[in-house]
Amino acid sequence: MSAVAERPAVLPIGPGGPSSTLAGVTRSEFTKLRSVRSTKWTIFVLVAATIGFGVLFCFLTNHYWPKASASDKADFDATSTSFGGLMFGQLAIAVLGVLVISSEYSTGGIRTSLTAVPNRMRFLAAKVISFSGVAGVAGLIIAFAAFFAGQPFFAKRGIGASLSDDGVLRAVFGAALYVVVSGLFGLAVGLLLRHSAGAITVVVAFMFVLPLVVNAFPGDWGKAVIRYFTSNAGQQVTFVHQSGNHLGPWLGFGVYCIWAAVPLVIGALLLHRRDA
Amino acid sequence: MIEVRNLTKRYGSTVAVDDLSFDVQPGIVTGFLGPNGAGKSTTMRMILGLDRPTAGSALVFGRPYASAVAPLREVGALIDAKDVHGGRSARNHLLALAQSNGLPASRVGEVLDMVGLGAVAKRRIKTFSLGMSQRLGIAAAMLGDPRVLLFDEPVNGLDPEGILWVRNFMKALAKDGRTVLVSSHLMSEMANTADHLVVIGRGKLIADLATDEFIARSSSNAVRVKSPQQQQLLDALSAVHAEVAPLDGHLEVRGLTCAEVGDLAAANRITIHELFEDRASLEEAFMELTRDSVEYHAPAALNQEGAGR
Repeated sequence: MSAVAERPAVLPIGPGGPSSTLAGVTRSEFTKLRSVRSTKWTIFVLVAATIGFGVLFCFLTNHYWPKASASDKADFDATSTSFGGLMFGQLAIAVLGVLVISSEYSTGGIRTSLTAVPNRMRFLAAKVISFSGVAGVAGLIIAFAAFFAGQPFFAKRGIGASLSDDGVLRAVFGAALYVVVSGLFGLAVGLLLRHSAGAITVVVAFMFVLPLVVNAFPGDWGKAVIRYFTSNAGQQVTFVHQSGNHLGPWLGFGVYCIWAAVPLVIGALLLHRRDA
Repeated sequence: MIEVRNLTKRYGSTVAVDDLSFDVQPGIVTGFLGPNGAGKSTTMRMILGLDRPTAGSALVFGRPYASAVAPLREVGALIDAKDVHGGRSARNHLLALAQSNGLPASRVGEVLDMVGLGAVAKRRIKTFSLGMSQRLGIAAAMLGDPRVLLFDEPVNGLDPEGILWVRNFMKALAKDGRTVLVSSHLMSEMANTADHLVVIGRGKLIADLATDEFIARSSSNAVRVKSPQQQQLLDALSAVHAEVAPLDGHLEVRGLTCAEVGDLAAANRITIHELFEDRASLEEAFMELTRDSVEYHAPAALNQEGAGR
């Protein structure tokens, strides 16, 4: 029972000793992210399903091309057809974003985390950075894989896109960025609500349900709401052919960033003020 | 060391911690005692910066814990062993904590071996028993080899072997010169472990004294003695105006020490079979001390009140 006698040599104190830095906390948050099963599963499903649906969209679009109307053909965007699975992907990454924060609260781990890192803004920044990194890598894999897997279906007809075409490379990188910001939107809502089920409900409402509702708004006022509403605005950066009704690619993406930033800033203020 | 000054925490109209001030000294184990709901955990959370005080302050080495360069180097804490993500392995849980404070990854294996969890390092925490979780919590507290340790009810759910281990572990940490604050709602547990006691009730300080002093005060007036010449002994004790009453085949004596009772019996040539301080009275003394500050009494007390009306 002399466990303490076997205690290893003491750690150095003072200059040169260990310290809690943003880089260290980010590494710590990455370890947390990769060491739970839900992350691996969510990322796997996210990547596989988004690419899979994109391929399916390309195959079907090509298959029914002879029957497509002239206006459909005029609006056809080969690049964004590859990204047809992003609807699903944005939900998966947003749910993962919610869980990154809400699981801390549901397990009580937040108290252990904030005891180790009492600087809460450093804690949050590290979470945002590590999660963005993971989402960014997943987003890049999705964007490039979906693009290159989808375009060959259009090759025979000569309607496919190439990375060297105007706006295509921007749309492919845009798809990766869209994945990252969708995830951060989830993280921000999770931070604000601290509750998995509630936060996921809000995310689904804002990404899927409300955009459908506002799409039905009549009049000019309705059009403005449609243009600026979450994913409606954010998706523009993944399109090569913009439709007149919508914001430009970067302006739309910027608006989407604001949708994520507002709950993130409010959540950060609450994290700073509330008891853990 | 820890300095708590006029610490107050209010939740709406409820006062969880009420103008609490005390110091925790290095080199000894300080027991933090109080009935359930007395505000022990809230106080510990405020020391760690998890909860924000309504008023007052809690300083570790003269400054707020949150301002430490490497917090885990300063304070190791076990607040609730279940405050972990169960899906993670013990090793990854500790690795993440170590990385957050720039501690070498080699510490993870060291502390796991220290608490005897080396063999289950790769198992997910949700498969751990409560005792194993407590050990993991202690391992996490020891990661940074800190000078201050806070343990909130560390022996909860432990088997006797585990309780003994924790007890010796805490004593050894204090002997090392560290500052050790351990909370408990059991006086008997603290009498075995703590050198000093801080007793609170309803968030207020009730007592701040050495354990020896507390024991001297509370059990010196209750001594149990057994003798085949019980009546003679009773007469002798009554003659010196001791408060004495028969109890379970013994005599319960108040106002005299064991030594005084023994001397008295010898002087009167009375045979004694048993003579001891009534340790149970320690728990009673503690309950007496905190009676007015227990948050929820058992229904029996309510029934008595009702019957009295």
